[in-house]
Amino acid sequence: MSSSFNPESMINSVVSNMPPSGIRRFFDIAAEMKDCISLGVGEPDFVTPWHIRDKGIYSLEKGHTHYTSNSGLKELRIEISKYMERRFDLKYDPLTQSVVTVGGSEAIDLFLRAVLNPGDEVLVCEPSFVCYKPLVQLAGGVPIAIETKAENDFRLTPDELRTAITPKTRVLVLPYPNNPTGAIMTRADLEGIAEVLRNTNIMVLSDEIYAELTYTDERHVSIAELDGMYERTVIVSGFSKSYAMTGWRLGYALGHPSIIKAMTKVHQYAIMSAPTTAQYAAIEALRNGDADISAMREDYNYRRQVIVGGFNAIGLDCFEPKGAFYCFPCIKSSGMDSNTFCETLLHSKKLAVVPGNAFGESGEGFIRCSYAYSIKNINEALNRVEAFMREIRK
Amino acid sequence: MANTLKSKILDILHKDCRISNEEIAKMIGSTTEEVAALIAELESDGVILGYGAKVNWDKAYGPDSVTAYIELRVTPMESLGFDRIAERIYQYPEVKSINLMSGSYDFGITIEGSNIREISSFISEHLATMNSVVGTATHFVLKRYKFDGVVCDLPENDDREVISL
Ligand SMILES: Cc1ncc(COP(=O)(O)O)c(C=O)c1O
Repeated sequence: MSSSFNPESMINSVVSNMPPSGIRRFFDIAAEMKDCISLGVGEPDFVTPWHIRDKGIYSLEKGHTHYTSNSGLKELRIEISKYMERRFDLKYDPLTQSVVTVGGSEAIDLFLRAVLNPGDEVLVCEPSFVCYKPLVQLAGGVPIAIETKAENDFRLTPDELRTAITPKTRVLVLPYPNNPTGAIMTRADLEGIAEVLRNTNIMVLSDEIYAELTYTDERHVSIAELDGMYERTVIVSGFSKSYAMTGWRLGYALGHPSIIKAMTKVHQYAIMSAPTTAQYAAIEALRNGDADISAMREDYNYRRQVIVGGFNAIGLDCFEPKGAFYCFPCIKSSGMDSNTFCETLLHSKKLAVVPGNAFGESGEGFIRCSYAYSIKNINEALNRVEAFMREIRK
Repeated sequence: MANTLKSKILDILHKDCRISNEEIAKMIGSTTEEVAALIAELESDGVILGYGAKVNWDKAYGPDSVTAYIELRVTPMESLGFDRIAERIYQYPEVKSINLMSGSYDFGITIEGSNIREISSFISEHLATMNSVVGTATHFVLKRYKFDGVVCDLPENDDREVISL
């Protein structure tokens, strides 16, 4: 072995400085533990509806095993446009305003790489999904967290936004319905945000991957629907959550043709095209999947009411999460920080939940509990939390 | 009844009839009292007819139980319309279901017995001898895969990671 070659010194400085996800160790313990039950996953427990799987299989039978066009199958992009129009009254030209990606994840990465210049600031509402900050840094940008507050039900307020904006702000990442809090932004809430953005040059990356999973009478509203917001907004969405298709790895981005064109350039060099089988399945999902979404949403809603009621009854305050499939109870009354709470709970009750601070510092004092589980599993988990809290309070 | 509290209760009970009223109330955001009252109504209106476990009998008793599906052709006589014929047939406890069908036969009947002989004697003694019956065709069930919405195999284990963000 050559002694002068040091692989560790070869790592890009942004990557080597990335926080090595402090809770990795905790994850590993949970994964190894026998009879451990979990409220820890961020994906549906449902299997992709059969008719969608069937169309994926059929595409293989027909021999559709090649690359698609870089932007994705035209048929699929047409269906995405139709969906956006019937669901949000938003018009996107299928040929110039959409790109089909490897999950919403890739769409987020493409967008940031396509628009950021070194030093550009990106405002990231927190707590939120973990990918935004590292991807901003990899793209040369500077992530700036906006800590949303429990007393505002973890919505972004116009004041918080206004205070965070500097001359270097290029992008606001708006992640609603939110993972991990379950918070949503109503049309009225979004109007306040739009008002702050209207006279700026700031773009919005609206991560609407959970758009179909809201439990209010008014369905999810996209900020792109509001006056002056369409041109500056790129919507990221996908099939993972709404159609229970996480493993297919398919998502998309929609926005102004210039931005989408730039994103497609990056996509073309880095990825070529999104998985072909998944694209055929996704066409079926958009054409005939509305009833599946309703059925799953109804099931999630049952579970949501059980878990939120359960945490509140145990005395771990839990605001009503109106979207996604997470609740975010406050565990400050335990006297522990989030990491200690989760590690102790895992060891003493064999229950895995995720510490809230994994999603940003403002998540400290909370835990994320997914309700993408059977009612039976949820009830068993609630029993364990209750027993745990009883022991602590003694 | 689409999407009313009653339809939600039916959905939930159909999947799991052992769930408590209290549990249902939590799931649908109602009270135990209201759930009890709605279930009582569904029962008295004959919407809910009973509560039973969905049993995989093959597994319980091995190959000792036999299920047959019988196509029955009849000529409804003046005093015996289809309903009267069905009423006579469903009195037998061996008959698990009977439906009036469109198409090439009139009734589809499911019969359970402990062996093939028991079923064939039921057919020859009770069904074939009925005045209005003009023909039967009997099909024995070889393997059950799914019934009443439930797959007979044990459900697959959750193959998700324990934690994912
Ligand atoms: C808020 C949010 N955005 C994006 C993603 C990525 O989803 P995918 O890449 O599967 O489309 C997730 C997954 O957990 C998420 O929670």
